[in-house]
Amino acid sequence: MLLAVGSLAVIGATLGSVLGIAARYLAVESDPLEKDLQELLPGSQCGQCGYVGCGQAAVALAKGEAPVTLCIPGGKAVAEKLAKRLGMAADLSGHKDAEPVYAVIDESKCIGCLRCLNECSTDAIIGAPKQIHTVLVDNCHGCSKCYNTCPTLAVSMNKINVNLNDWHWQKPKLRTKRTKH
Amino acid sequence: MKTFHVEGGIHPEYRKERTQENAIVALPMPKILCLPLKQHAGAPAEPVVSSGKRVKKGDLLAKPQGAVSAPIHAPTSGTVVDITDMTAPHPSGLAQKTIVLRPDGKDEWGALPPPIENPFAADPAEIDARVGWAGIVGLGGAAFPSAIKFGLRSKKPDILVLNGAECEPYLTCDDRIMQEHADEVVDGARIMAHALGVSQILIAIETNKPAAIVAMTVAAAGYPAVVVMPIPVQYPMGSEKHLTKAVTGRETPAGKMTADIGVVVHNVATARAVREAVRFGWPLISRVITLSGAGLTRGMNIKVPLGTMVVDLIEFCGGFKDGIAPQRLISGGPMMGHPLPSLDVPVIKGTCGILALTKAEINEQPAGPCIRCGGCVSVCPCGLVPLEMAAFIRHDNLEQAEQIGVRDCVSCGSCSYICPSHIPLVQYFNYAKGKLNAADRDHRKQERLKGLVEGRMARMEKQRKAKAEAAATAAAAKKAQAAATAAAAAAAGTATAAAPPTETPKASA
Repeated sequence: MLLAVGSLAVIGATLGSVLGIAARYLAVESDPLEKDLQELLPGSQCGQCGYVGCGQAAVALAKGEAPVTLCIPGGKAVAEKLAKRLGMAADLSGHKDAEPVYAVIDESKCIGCLRCLNECSTDAIIGAPKQIHTVLVDNCHGCSKCYNTCPTLAVSMNKINVNLNDWHWQKPKLRTKRTKH
Repeated sequence: MKTFHVEGGIHPEYRKERTQENAIVALPMPKILCLPLKQHAGAPAEPVVSSGKRVKKGDLLAKPQGAVSAPIHAPTSGTVVDITDMTAPHPSGLAQKTIVLRPDGKDEWGALPPPIENPFAADPAEIDARVGWAGIVGLGGAAFPSAIKFGLRSKKPDILVLNGAECEPYLTCDDRIMQEHADEVVDGARIMAHALGVSQILIAIETNKPAAIVAMTVAAAGYPAVVVMPIPVQYPMGSEKHLTKAVTGRETPAGKMTADIGVVVHNVATARAVREAVRFGWPLISRVITLSGAGLTRGMNIKVPLGTMVVDLIEFCGGFKDGIAPQRLISGGPMMGHPLPSLDVPVIKGTCGILALTKAEINEQPAGPCIRCGGCVSVCPCGLVPLEMAAFIRHDNLEQAEQIGVRDCVSCGSCSYICPSHIPLVQYFNYAKGKLNAADRDHRKQERLKGLVEGRMARMEKQRKAKAEAAATAAAAKKAQAAATAAAAAAAGTATAAAPPTETPKASA
């Protein structure tokens, strides 16, 4: 009787202390949900959602303060993934993806002020003080920050046209047999 | 040699009778040639000529750019008139940069690289380089640069399969090449085998081409390594993976290439082009194509300079039957070919046929509901379940469609062909594959941008730190200098006032 009580007490104490130590040293510091959400977001820190970056947007999403459709460059695909991770049903049938755009600098208007260059989070703009700037189209993610900051309105956002490499077949439109009533 | 059973497939009418007996005729040089910069899989070529430049036959017009690309050569001598945007021979009808060449009618060769005298003693790398220089791409239709496929010798393949199946209805250009140029095809295949380091060559020909089988068997007679294999008539036998299964019994795993199981497949016309590049130093500037379909006055097999406009070819065939425009104009075969946006598009390296099909031949029907007959499942040569994939795709559930293998679909169209409800099954899969590939491209771009953002943030952090450090050092230096000045001033002053004034309040506290 005493042996059983004693051994159980010892086992209990040992396991309890192991758990206590584990809780202290293996503790999860941040919310795993936030981390998952941040991984789903594009990570280009464009700020088009209204938050400073993707990390802050993830925090807001986890708290339920922001809608899943907040990410403009991510579009429908990212919204679907976010909704899935958050375990909520999002009706995205009415959601239209923003058309992809890229920035173009009008060389006749650029004064080489470097303001857009400092705004660009992907280093897509090259230039030097008092030298005409230009955009590396492949690196531009269309966040429009440069567009909003240019003092001479030299930046315009152009639609990315479909080319032969990107083109793919559209979903077939069903021409069904007419049913007679 | 034994052939192996391939699952699924269909048996459409051959409809090859119209052109099977027609010998290849050379097209008289057209008045204008339009050479798009992207005639191959991969990145478009980059022009090295400008408008007004006089070129000779075989001169380089555009050089390859990027890892997967091919150069473009002048099909004849003449003047480059323009480099401009023109409608591409592509179902999208999008424009692409095209070099417009006006032939001068002299057809003079320019400077060519010397022939490789004994290709079987040559370094395989030399043959690679020559084939890459010649701009040879797979002439079966996929137009993948052949030189890159030669690089597959690093995977140590042991069999070269020469694809003479030509399983698409209507097309007879490969058949005619095998009948008329059997020796050249066999020679080309042996050169390819040498470059790849393989010892065995299997030439697979469907049994509905008896004349080609005889001609090729005669040509291959002297070479024990070359075996001609008649294979059953079954669409899509010409698909690389299915052909490999039929002649070697090896099955390609999903998402892998045939080279992973030791087999490299080339088209018969490609073998001939390789021979011409190696033995004569000729670049790929012409190809044989089939013109057929009930919408044409005459069906023909024609040797065409690349860049010939489709409208010129139709005229050469006597125009459309009774002058009526066909219901559909197709580049390639009726099963896997694609509609052409107009008659004003050129023939490119990957064009194997132009078909003018009438309404009766197309037999388009409105789609009905799926009756779950399972016909598509039994004909799918890839072992997929088309009806289920289509149901997912119809609701834009591409993720689930991908899970059940839509990416393994080879777009052969057997399912659409067999469907009694005329559901556009393969059209759904083409859409899904295109959309999934687009999503992959987007994802890759996002990943790259993420890297750029992280790089920028790290750089900013470093700059900020460096600035702070510099400020700290500057402050320290200033302080030191101030202290030094103070000390100097103190030293210059009375020696008795040496004790710092700050000491006093501290001591009192």
